[in-house]
Amino acid sequence: MNTQLNAVPESSLESQAIDHGSLPSARLLYWSIRRELWENRSIYLVPLAVAGVALFGFCLSSFVGIWEEPLRLNPAKPQVPYDLAAGLMMLTGIVVSVFYCLDALYGERRDRSILLWKSLPVSDLTTVLAKASIPLFLLPLIVVTVTLAMQWIMLLFSSAVVLASGMSVGELWRNLSIIQMWLLLFYHFVTAHVLWPYPVYCWLLLVSGWARRAVFLWAALPVLVIGGFERMTFHTLYFAEIVGGHLIGNAPVMDMAQGSMGLDPLTTHVTVGRFISSPGLWIGLALSAVFLAAAVRLRRNQEPI
Amino acid sequence: MACIEARGLRKAFGRNIALDGINLRVEEGRILGLIGPNGAGKTTALNAILGLTPYQGELRVLGRDPWTERDQLMRDVCFIADVAVLPRWIRVSQALDYVAGVHPRFDRAKAEGFLAKTTIGHGSRVRELSKGMVTQLHLALVMAIDARLMVLDEPTLGLDILYRKQFYDSLLNDYFDHNRTIVVATHQVEEIEHVLTDVMFIDRGRIVFDRSMEELETRYLEVMVRLDQVGAARALKPMHERQAIGGNILLFNGVDRQQLAALGDVRTPSIADVFVAVIGNQHGAVQGVVQ
Repeated sequence: MNTQLNAVPESSLESQAIDHGSLPSARLLYWSIRRELWENRSIYLVPLAVAGVALFGFCLSSFVGIWEEPLRLNPAKPQVPYDLAAGLMMLTGIVVSVFYCLDALYGERRDRSILLWKSLPVSDLTTVLAKASIPLFLLPLIVVTVTLAMQWIMLLFSSAVVLASGMSVGELWRNLSIIQMWLLLFYHFVTAHVLWPYPVYCWLLLVSGWARRAVFLWAALPVLVIGGFERMTFHTLYFAEIVGGHLIGNAPVMDMAQGSMGLDPLTTHVTVGRFISSPGLWIGLALSAVFLAAAVRLRRNQEPI
Repeated sequence: MACIEARGLRKAFGRNIALDGINLRVEEGRILGLIGPNGAGKTTALNAILGLTPYQGELRVLGRDPWTERDQLMRDVCFIADVAVLPRWIRVSQALDYVAGVHPRFDRAKAEGFLAKTTIGHGSRVRELSKGMVTQLHLALVMAIDARLMVLDEPTLGLDILYRKQFYDSLLNDYFDHNRTIVVATHQVEEIEHVLTDVMFIDRGRIVFDRSMEELETRYLEVMVRLDQVGAARALKPMHERQAIGGNILLFNGVDRQQLAALGDVRTPSIADVFVAVIGNQHGAVQGVVQ
């Protein structure tokens, strides 16, 4: 007991001498993001689970014909199941992002833990940036990595099945043009599913920092009100289409040949220039910045619910 | 330099005035008890000090403006808002990692040392811990921060008596030294009485009493007066009078001890007795004005 009592003042003196001042903001951001991952394990668990189920379905469909035609291994059209799997992962990314953003600044007020976070020397800006970086960097990174890993396993499995049935693997690999497929996937993901819907995610973050209950309802209200008004007066639905189009990633990132529905590198033409010069992108990103700045200010003012 | 200095601190929620022009000064190395009835403005005052709520008036905490410099201020201030702010999903080890990650003055070994004295396991999640254990965990985290000001707002609310006693014992034995200042807001006065160096009463957004404990002990005396002496005792203008078995208890401010000893048994009143007298008089005075 005595030694412990003596040790305590010494160690506190030491820590005073060593750590006097502030920590680099990158370190604060890093720990803030780690805490988001601890709290929201769905960020990595859901993509992994969906990928697992998709893989299982793919493997099963190679053997039994109970699955839909496109899912079955078809050496003539090898692209189809890969596209379906990638599409499924992108949908997963959207769903996880939406649910994450709706809770990000609401959950900490509901469970009063905001008082703990605010008792530590981390600014509201750092906290909001950490939360905003989840749908911008971390979740896309996880979804792309899991998708690539999943497609790699699918490819190995297909190769094994093709080999077992006595056909040549080379043909499958050539038809798939795997590297182009992955580059296209990466491009499509970053443009259509990260940058394009980002203002929607930032809007959800902002509302999650403001609403005292029913975050989703409040977030959807402007779309319903403006959309409803527009429909009644002009009989159009542009506003709802714009918001929905951003959310589902309906961006001018590529031209697809008629009849093609997936990321087939042979029939798809990438249009980087059109995407970069589209006002929808830049207006959206500017709105994102405004929403995040407002969320930072809100977090400074907000108290537990 | 004063640790906390406020002049004309005001805060209103709509028409409801929570802080009505508070002036206060807390020197370094003190343990201040902020005591008041429910809704008196204790939490609002502490929230202003911690930079959690905007306010009008002038307020400096460790030389900083808490509202605009909260994150820098929190390097030197630690606080326990109330028992339920540790999120239920967090693991003990994650809480340690996180605070060690973001706080430059956090001594992880010290926190582990405090935790080793409890039954809290590193792998447990907060939702698996009892209310008392959560408070122990929070206190272990906060006491391992080498802060200059610690703010506690009803820290022992909802805890059983064992934990409450342990809480203040470890605060006093393991944490307090004369470079640190502690501000405790509570209405469980009896438990912190022996810990405090200063006491402030807050009522309806105003500081109505501000004394050091020495002053309180020398100036305020309580006498148990037999019924036949009550008239003589009342002539000395007691602050407060209440009835007890075997006589009346009268509370005096600044009356000579010898003089009072002639009337009956003299003793030092508890903070609670002085509180009742001061707040009771306040409310009486306000009612008188209204009438």
